Amino acid sequence: MARRDRLSGNEAVAEALRQINPDVFPAFPITPSTEIPQYFASFVANGKVDTEFIPVESEHSSMSAAIGASAAGARALTATSSCGLAFMWEELYIAASNRLPLALALVNRALSGPININCDHSDSMGARDSGWIQMYAENNQEAYDNMVQAFRISEHKDVKLPIMICQDGFITSHAVENIELLEDEEVRSFVGEYKPENYLLNPDCPMAVGPYSVTDYYMEAKRNQAEGMRHVEQVVLDIAKEFAELSGREYGLFEAYRLEDAERAVVMIGSAAGTTKDAIDRLREKGEKVGLLKIRLYRPFPADAIAEALKNVKAVAVMDRAEGYSNHGGPLGADVMAALFRARSTALAANIIYGLGGRDVRVEDMEQVFEDLQTMIDQNDAGETYRYMGLRE
Amino acid sequence: MATDISKLGLKAKWQDLTEGMIIAGAGTSAEFNTGEWSSVKPVFIEENCRQCLLCVPVCPDSCIPVQDKKRAEFDYDHCKGCGICVKACPFGAITMEGVN
Repeated sequence: MARRDRLSGNEAVAEALRQINPDVFPAFPITPSTEIPQYFASFVANGKVDTEFIPVESEHSSMSAAIGASAAGARALTATSSCGLAFMWEELYIAASNRLPLALALVNRALSGPININCDHSDSMGARDSGWIQMYAENNQEAYDNMVQAFRISEHKDVKLPIMICQDGFITSHAVENIELLEDEEVRSFVGEYKPENYLLNPDCPMAVGPYSVTDYYMEAKRNQAEGMRHVEQVVLDIAKEFAELSGREYGLFEAYRLEDAERAVVMIGSAAGTTKDAIDRLREKGEKVGLLKIRLYRPFPADAIAEALKNVKAVAVMDRAEGYSNHGGPLGADVMAALFRARSTALAANIIYGLGGRDVRVEDMEQVFEDLQTMIDQNDAGETYRYMGLRE
Repeated sequence: MATDISKLGLKAKWQDLTEGMIIAGAGTSAEFNTGEWSSVKPVFIEENCRQCLLCVPVCPDSCIPVQDKKRAEFDYDHCKGCGICVKACPFGAITMEGVN
């Protein structure tokens, strides 16, 4: 039996973690993710979980401790934001290359500088090539649901890779929404017990983790690592199907919202997708064929499925909540445009930088994006393909 | 299950490697012939040796076996040819071309 509750995104993730009852949770606080370990520490203090909670002195250490715990055979995770993730940089690659199942509850916040505590995706986008699976949420319900599914994906025998469960700082992490929670027993039986085949604390078969790979081995090691990533899409879909049977809530690699017959589409990640859906509903009432493709799984990038979903659109705006400083746009723009090019799409495409450092995104802003897409179609020219939205100039 | 490191030689394809390059099982370094790396080897001249055993603990790769309180021939499968034993020997019982 599901139960309804009013929770912030941070509370929702902490609640999912209480239900999962992981083995080890090292953490160091940073806004806006601080509440996740804070709530969880109260669960530990009140005996609601039997997790080993380790308050460490930095994010470099929290990720290191999580890696050590995972290598030892424990189900481990940590949480962070922004510069905290940047301080984990070295360890992110270690976790992925050692094929260690592990979760990171990431609450997206702009990287310094200038220093800013509000939402954009510059933190996780910088980590997009680290070999972690990245999954994003539009709202608190999705943040909760993704967290419940995280360990199943990360620990899957065909995957064995760390997973980043991302949500938008303050916009979802601190905003309270009505969400539907699963019962504790349902979550525990869904997630199951973690039984790694090899682990450091196995007295019958000790193991070496992270051996040095000379030039003779490094490339083969990286290709071997890529094999795990190649299985992620199917595993995400399989776990989502199982989750839907339990919860009634369906997930895929991305969400296509009113996209089937759309001539103009927006591709984006995170909470602003909700705003975009409102804009689409308004425009649809006027008979305009507009739609949204909201990315859930960003790493690995489901390029073929995205290109297929966009095959009939005439114009597409790819929205990046992070700068790429390539002089051509942001990371999502580069990924989507490469996907469209490889699929020989003839759609006109522009990449729009928006919402940096918590800049508000209004329904009217997104209506304007769809209007700009219409202009591109009318003129049969994408015009400037690297634009900013909501910028004073 | 212990990793079969005999399948991880230089000809190993990416498909042959273990996930995350982990090596399961203890003491597998004995099966890895690091002696293949060396270009020069120490030579034991038994008649000069007084069995002081000063060479034994300085070997970084434990390549000087001791039996019945006497050192035996080098373990060339694992000796990398560093020459530290040559420096440690007071009696000229170990020589190595290129190392004085």
